[in-house]
Amino acid sequence: MSYKEIIAKYADKPGGIIEAYHAIQREMSYLPIEAVGETAEVFKVPVSQAYGVATFYSMFSVKARGKNIIRLCESAPCHVAGAEEVLAALEKELGIKVGESTADGKFALELSECVGQCQATPVLTVNGKPYFEVSPAKLTGILAEYK
Amino acid sequence: MAEEMRIVLRNYGKIDPLKIDDYIAQGGYKSLEKARSMDKKALMDEVKKSNLRGRGGAGFNCGMKWSFAASAQADQKYVVCNADEGEPGTYKDRLIMEGDPHTLIEGMAVCAYAIGATKGYIYLRGEYLFLVETLETAIAQAKEKGFLKDFDLEVRSGAGAYVCGEETALIESIEGKRGEPRFKPPYPPNEGLWSKPTIVNNVETYANIPVILEKGADWYAGIGVASYPGTKVLTLTGDVVNRTFFEVPTDTTIRDVVFTFGGGVRDGKRFKAVQIGGTSGAFIPESLLDTRVAFDDMNAIGATLGSGATFVMDETRDIVDVVTRIMKFFEHESCGKCTPCREGTARMHELMEKINEGQGSDKDTALLNKLGNVMTYSCLCGLGQASPAPALTTIKHFAADYQAKMK
Repeated sequence: MSYKEIIAKYADKPGGIIEAYHAIQREMSYLPIEAVGETAEVFKVPVSQAYGVATFYSMFSVKARGKNIIRLCESAPCHVAGAEEVLAALEKELGIKVGESTADGKFALELSECVGQCQATPVLTVNGKPYFEVSPAKLTGILAEYK
Repeated sequence: MAEEMRIVLRNYGKIDPLKIDDYIAQGGYKSLEKARSMDKKALMDEVKKSNLRGRGGAGFNCGMKWSFAASAQADQKYVVCNADEGEPGTYKDRLIMEGDPHTLIEGMAVCAYAIGATKGYIYLRGEYLFLVETLETAIAQAKEKGFLKDFDLEVRSGAGAYVCGEETALIESIEGKRGEPRFKPPYPPNEGLWSKPTIVNNVETYANIPVILEKGADWYAGIGVASYPGTKVLTLTGDVVNRTFFEVPTDTTIRDVVFTFGGGVRDGKRFKAVQIGGTSGAFIPESLLDTRVAFDDMNAIGATLGSGATFVMDETRDIVDVVTRIMKFFEHESCGKCTPCREGTARMHELMEKINEGQGSDKDTALLNKLGNVMTYSCLCGLGQASPAPALTTIKHFAADYQAKMK
């Protein structure tokens, strides 16, 4: 589905810009600038406002990024449970640093704050799906699901 | 010994959340029926009398809040659920929505009847998108069974902004804008979503409503501490044996939470501190552990109950390092609308970094104290006002940790 078709589906929802952005990202993993412009037009708000929304929320990105978005929680409960080791292992495994995407366009690596799964720390999410008690040893298996 | 008491989690793990008949078999939706048979004022008086206070952190009397929206004149009113559970270490609202979504829907429908609203929103944090389906299924079931009548309920998603847990920022976000808090007054019960009277309550608050109506305000008011009755769900994280959750009466002490329910500190180590209420919570030393987990009791020791997140730290934890990390969090999450918070969180982070790297002096802790106090008074919303607490309380209770890092 093109971004135009996606946005059109939310046009009648009052304040539905955020829902539309989520839907676009499910298809393309980021918000192309043209999609932001289109959103502004459909929802009848200035482009500055549509862009302001796109850049306010940490889950939205106006820059192209890898298809599968890995977010590692760095809040205190995950931090003390060893999130830093997981991060080092992730960067090594993917060959990229936080904020970058792999050359094949498969993965983007980001940090997040608490994802609300603190019964089984450290936690990371891939496209929103949480993985529990993550250790460096478990990473290969998790990433394989998306290759 | 202290015992668990489940009110909001009464059905957790016992019923299939996606089967409305399971919920009905537990007496579900009877309270809504009862509410609708009552006079609206009598209904709100009952909620008021139960002395249920908001479980999101501000602790405002729920029935009182409802009565403000009820008496406001408008062609449309809204009932909103704050499910933007973003406090690090908190997952209580997820437990309720995941395990018993109908209790939330029933609570919201009671509120809608009481204030005269026909439209409601559940604002679900972006990290819980996997729950959209559960909630939408439950809403559709309740509609199909005819429980919701003219009350239309919709799920809206956040997208990763901690500040959206603040009710006016949340409202802005539902309106499809940046989640920046509004100036108050006007308060949402008078002017909220799309400038209409709006009730915003936390998931845990709504989940209490069906039980209060079923068992009566007097029953509820008699549980735990009189000034903040009922139970509180606490989620235990960090260096504690049982990293899990408990729902306890509010007269339970922090000591019982950490040592009885939590099983004490992991790996045979000694207790150092516990941070309650989420990332903006105070760090509480051993000497204050006999405080009860009730709103005013916590305030009296310079702490907050907040979301009920309980983060335990053992003797080996570097408190200054943890606080530095927390200040980085606030610098990142500050929305930037008001100067004291935008600049203050950045400067507090900077000062903490300096101390943490061994470059600080007593002058820096004095400056942190001064800046923190100014922020407490002058920031626009709760985020900025509460953000200095970890630094202020650790400078007070764990001075030796700071001294050890001074140059």
